[in-house]
Amino acid sequence: MTDFTLSCPLPVAERKTVVLGHGSGGKLTAQLIRDLFLPAFDNPLLGRLDDQAVLEAGSARIAFTTDSFVVTPLFFPGGDIGKLAVHGTVNDIAMSGAMPLALSAAFILEEGFSMEELGRVVASMAEAARAAGVPIATGDTKVVPQGAADKMFITTSGVGLVPENIHISASNARPGDRILLSGTIGDHGMAVMAKREGLEFDGAIESDTAPLHRLVAAMTAAGEIHALRDPTRGGLAATLVEIAAVARIGVEAVAGAIPVREPVRAACELLGLDPLFVANEGKLVAFVAAADAGRVLEAMRSMPEGREAAIIGEAVEAHPGMVLLKTEVGGTRVVDLPFHEQLPRIC
Amino acid sequence: MCLAVPGKIVELRDDGGVPMARVDFGGVSRDACMAYLPDAKPGEYVLVHVGFAISSVDEEEALRTLADLAELDEISGLE
Amino acid sequence: MKYVDEFRNHALAQKLFAEIGRRATRPWVIMEVCGGQTHSIVKYGLDQLLPPGIELAHGPGCPVCVTSLELIDRAHALARRPEVIFCSFGDMLRVPGSEGDLFGIRAQGGDVRVVYSPLDCLKLARENPNRRVVFFAIGFETTAPANAMSVWQARAQGIRNYSILVSHVTVPPAMIAILESPANRVQAFLGAGHVCAVMGYEEYEPLAARYQVPIVVTGFEPLDLLEGILAAVRQLEQGRHEVENSYARVVSRGGNPEARRMIFRVFEPCDRAWRGIGVIAGSGYRLREEFHDFDAARLFDLDAIVSTEPETCISGLVLQGARRPHECPEFGTRCTPETPLGATMVSAEGACAAYYNYGRHLRP
Repeated sequence: MTDFTLSCPLPVAERKTVVLGHGSGGKLTAQLIRDLFLPAFDNPLLGRLDDQAVLEAGSARIAFTTDSFVVTPLFFPGGDIGKLAVHGTVNDIAMSGAMPLALSAAFILEEGFSMEELGRVVASMAEAARAAGVPIATGDTKVVPQGAADKMFITTSGVGLVPENIHISASNARPGDRILLSGTIGDHGMAVMAKREGLEFDGAIESDTAPLHRLVAAMTAAGEIHALRDPTRGGLAATLVEIAAVARIGVEAVAGAIPVREPVRAACELLGLDPLFVANEGKLVAFVAAADAGRVLEAMRSMPEGREAAIIGEAVEAHPGMVLLKTEVGGTRVVDLPFHEQLPRIC
Repeated sequence: MCLAVPGKIVELRDDGGVPMARVDFGGVSRDACMAYLPDAKPGEYVLVHVGFAISSVDEEEALRTLADLAELDEISGLE
Repeated sequence: MKYVDEFRNHALAQKLFAEIGRRATRPWVIMEVCGGQTHSIVKYGLDQLLPPGIELAHGPGCPVCVTSLELIDRAHALARRPEVIFCSFGDMLRVPGSEGDLFGIRAQGGDVRVVYSPLDCLKLARENPNRRVVFFAIGFETTAPANAMSVWQARAQGIRNYSILVSHVTVPPAMIAILESPANRVQAFLGAGHVCAVMGYEEYEPLAARYQVPIVVTGFEPLDLLEGILAAVRQLEQGRHEVENSYARVVSRGGNPEARRMIFRVFEPCDRAWRGIGVIAGSGYRLREEFHDFDAARLFDLDAIVSTEPETCISGLVLQGARRPHECPEFGTRCTPETPLGATMVSAEGACAAYYNYGRHLRP
């Protein structure tokens, strides 16, 4: 089983209760996975810690994934929990290079939740599934007493078939690979934060939620892709750190090459947040064989989901497990997983 | 401390006796209290900290600083 | 973003690095006072590209870090009360008191709200007449005008259910405390640019003269910081010790008189205990007598809460610039943002937290 080691000696933080940080995609989440879930479930499929598991069934390889959606508010600029659920699971399947075949959707509903809102979410999910060409083939519904859930939780699972010649996994990233990012970062997290904190951004910021399976298909046709991941919780930073750790490679990225929309940057400046750690729901990071990077980039830019794709760095042999960022003025800083989700600051 | 961001005044208004402004920061806009910059006008840039405009941004000074910097030599004398 | 991007320009930064390299003929120790400046230095890796002799000592300019444990415990006690809506800037949410933090209190049912502006609290007070809204009024002089206005407006609007728990600290007394310390190594200061936007820089002139140290009012973007450092190096090399304004697009000698007027209408100076340093005379603000109806420390029975600091960390030395975070044996191992041992690790602006978050424990 591959050990999910991070590059710094984590202090032993023994907690008696679960805290929000355990769900934020940072160090606490990693700790929980490493110290509780991995040892308990202990199998080589899980040990790879990709966004999906790839199962061998005869000569076929099946990609299998699951995800839960607990976002509040349910509706935010550019999307809603339903759309997010469909895209999120389609994308986790797509990150293995597989074509998604079908989704399941399980709903946990809070007693008293508005039927009208539920209807809107379901309609949005249906539309997202139709547009992605992936049916919601099965599902489940449970209702819990008022207070036992926050309006609505959705769990989606997905299956897909991995084509024969595709071998994409975080552990396949290797020194020399170019790192490609499909577009701007920070849009989703700031759109949700704006709604949640009651900040008005005048419609300038919208979630980027989108299905990426067609983009991935165009990319795998254009060149050799070693690793793919969509930078959701924890942002681009978490994705780079995780891949560096699993593949035991160093990562060197360039701040100036990472595209960020100006309103998103401005919103981050106002709240003292770093776009690197802000969630995205319609972007991917690819580790691509150096020789194919140019062709893959071109293929990405020809797709609507990849118009602003850019090469943001490369994988190196040095400092395995560590992500270095060249700053706008030429200095270097290390990018590491934060413990918790970022909070707005005034200092 | 003191995270403060420069933005452009879009519109001034009075909120029950409290002078406020809509300020644009690179495409996102937020309200700021203008009580400490009573003479500021739409189109001008102000520095905003915790929802209060605390200072104007002097365009001439900004340009002068940047121009002075541009005059510096690129190559360090140390080799 | 206008007036931000231009001051992050790569080419101009290289020119500044080169010029600093040309001007510095000897080692110098320069302290940036403000936590936001420390944050920027570490985030952009500015200190790595300075000539080896220039040492940046990080100052105590982090109002979150320096808020005393006792005051934090009192804040937490208020947040736990069912009738209280406790409002705070985001920075304070994870600062641990003797038992947990505001985040944890919220998880246990406390009504804790993150606000962006103190005026947001007045809205909450109006909308919740049966609850008592308390605002954790922290900050340096930069934030004092905003906090003062909330009290001024509360009185003007007849709002009776709003009060503030004051934890203001001021810069000049802290600089004096550092300069007076026998172990002081700081030879020049980068003044806190946004504090000076409000207060002006006239009050630093006697300091520069008495202690013979250059004080350069400096901004927060990479070019601003490098310009401040260059100005300080120039003065040091020339044996000058003046107050110089390197942030002229925002700061003037007189500062913002309107804002200062309001600060002193509502607040008056007092002694203040700085976490990790101790009591610094005259280094805080408290509400004036006539505003005691808005003083949470008086309205609620908080005197019973007395706390003492654990002795296990060197943050006092870090705050005075005598040590850098990675020189502490606990840094990055026993002491992390998740398990902070002291003041400078508890806040995102603290020098130790800044160093940790930008990976200096992995690669100094």
